[in-house]
Amino acid sequence: MITAGIDVGSISTKAAIVKDHVVLATKVIQTGYNAQNAGRKVFDEIQAETGISSSQIQAVVATGYGRKSVTFADKAVTEITCHAVGAHYLNPEIRSIIDIGGQDSKAIIIDEKGRVKDFAMNDKCAAGTGRFLEVMARALEVDLDAFGEMSLTADKTSAISSLCTVFAESEVISLISKGEKRENIIAGIHASIGARVMAMGNRIGLKAPVMMTGGVAMNIGVVKALEEKLNSSLVVSKSAQVTGAIGAALIAETVKGGNNE
Amino acid sequence: MTESQKPIDPEKEKRKIKSDKRMKEIMTEYYVEAKTPREQRGKKIAWITSGGPVEPLICMDIIPVYPENYGAMIGASKMGVDLCEKSEEMGYSRDLCSYARADIASATVNGGPIGGLPEPDMLICCNNICGTVLKWYEVQARYFKVPLFILDTPICHTEFTKEMRQYVVKQIKEYIAFLEDVCGKPFDYDRMDEVGALSFRGQELWQAILDTTMHKPAPITCFDAFFHLAMIVTLRGTRTVVDYYEMLLAEMKERIAAGIGMIPDEKHRLLWDNLPIWYKMRWLSDKFASHNACLVADTYTSGWTSSMKYLDPDDFLGSLAEGYTRIFLNAGTDIMADNIMGMAEKYDAVGVVFHSNRSCKPYSLGQYDIQRIVQEKMGLPTLMIEADMVDERSFSESQIDTRIDAFIEML
Repeated sequence: MITAGIDVGSISTKAAIVKDHVVLATKVIQTGYNAQNAGRKVFDEIQAETGISSSQIQAVVATGYGRKSVTFADKAVTEITCHAVGAHYLNPEIRSIIDIGGQDSKAIIIDEKGRVKDFAMNDKCAAGTGRFLEVMARALEVDLDAFGEMSLTADKTSAISSLCTVFAESEVISLISKGEKRENIIAGIHASIGARVMAMGNRIGLKAPVMMTGGVAMNIGVVKALEEKLNSSLVVSKSAQVTGAIGAALIAETVKGGNNE
Repeated sequence: MTESQKPIDPEKEKRKIKSDKRMKEIMTEYYVEAKTPREQRGKKIAWITSGGPVEPLICMDIIPVYPENYGAMIGASKMGVDLCEKSEEMGYSRDLCSYARADIASATVNGGPIGGLPEPDMLICCNNICGTVLKWYEVQARYFKVPLFILDTPICHTEFTKEMRQYVVKQIKEYIAFLEDVCGKPFDYDRMDEVGALSFRGQELWQAILDTTMHKPAPITCFDAFFHLAMIVTLRGTRTVVDYYEMLLAEMKERIAAGIGMIPDEKHRLLWDNLPIWYKMRWLSDKFASHNACLVADTYTSGWTSSMKYLDPDDFLGSLAEGYTRIFLNAGTDIMADNIMGMAEKYDAVGVVFHSNRSCKPYSLGQYDIQRIVQEKMGLPTLMIEADMVDERSFSESQIDTRIDAFIEML
């Protein structure tokens, strides 16, 4: 049985194709302004790359904030459930997940079968998310991909105290004008994300082992900052960014599919 | 297609609560009387907090008017943001309660639902519901230049002590003296007995209506209770409430007998904690219904019967001090948690939805602890929704939509 998962996030859109519980392919594209188009586009592209046509795909599950705009999906499931299923597939030992995506950060507790036991999400505010990092990268004129490595060379961690993305940006600008090293500021930004996300994680009581999923997991600086707060190491899969899409494709195996054309 | 041309859906028609029509008539009559010009009306008007002892006002033929009920109307008619912004222009912080902000602003403009509340002749403020009301009512007393009576009820973290009783009983006497002074007539203690008995009977009936949701499927949801609550809040102590609730209770019993549930295919029975999100009632009600989830009970509407066990229908005035001090919001976190757990058992609920209400600090402050207690002691799944009862700027629909979907997936 071949199924697909489409995860339409606020910044990037991901797709995964699964055959008999084995991941065949994954794909990531930028969402852009039209979430509906992004879902279609990533689905078309992954089919072209794998040579698997939509007629072979028996069911599609959509997830992510744009899940309801994926008109060709057979079912919409929240990213919380999809990340739980995806993380459990990647590593069945996992009992908690920290997922930091474009506009959401979440802490999820799962059981031995990958079922969600409890979760918490960020308040109505983008601080501590991928969008927050994007804004900071722009203020610092640093490529976001370089953020992680740069923060590892910091000689101290700047204090970023504001909880608001806009105000934190002005804090960063004032640190720059004071001549603070970029590396230290970036380390400060990562520490502030770590503190914010862990406050949420502690609220629901994270249980080890903890996996980090979502695009921000590719930033080693945030991973380190979280590990420091968590006082233990995080499991980060190579598939961190596509964990939700994989989970969606796995859930699709249990969904009766229709016509995905 | 116009409203009248729409085909009638028999399924929806069956679920409609027929008593609603009478309730709307009563509320209209109430506001029409209150808004009649002072010289024609004859009666004085008191603005009073929602948890304040209203029975002595009824006894003195004073019309009680509730800025908080008005706040709910402002929220439901989506006028909250405009009025909150107006109050912020006046210099009030956005962190203040949105009922307070909306009420303070609406007093200064010719607007808001029903064209604003009638001006008060006096203000009665009881702080058993929160501390904000003290400053809010002081502001309004200065604005309208009318006398203000403050009834200070100490928080009962665990118990109601002898000293507390003496302290509140003394103030009840002062309250009566205040009313005699403002009205220029003596207090009628015999009438007070009648009003007290009616108030008690109204509370009994309200609780009986809320308890009909113990039946599966539940004949109403908490969203219906939020609507019908207006009666016990605003007209408590009158015959009107008793008559209306008797009618509503009879209708609920008929629904149960006919097997009519508000949610056609009731699957998940849930509890709601905190005030309603007035401007999103329909959206939330449809959202939960789309998942076959029924909010069978809530801590808010049952709040008006929460201290009945401390009230004596045969000596209402004598038990007033304890009854009004020991309401559910004036208690410690453990008591609040016990209340929720008791409700979960009583109504056989499988989860709790908490509204973390930016406006209502006393209601929201202990919620994370209560959430943890409920999870640990009963293993019930819980959901936290961050919003505000009136200020729509504190509601992000797509975030809340995802949380509700994920919560239902988890059940």
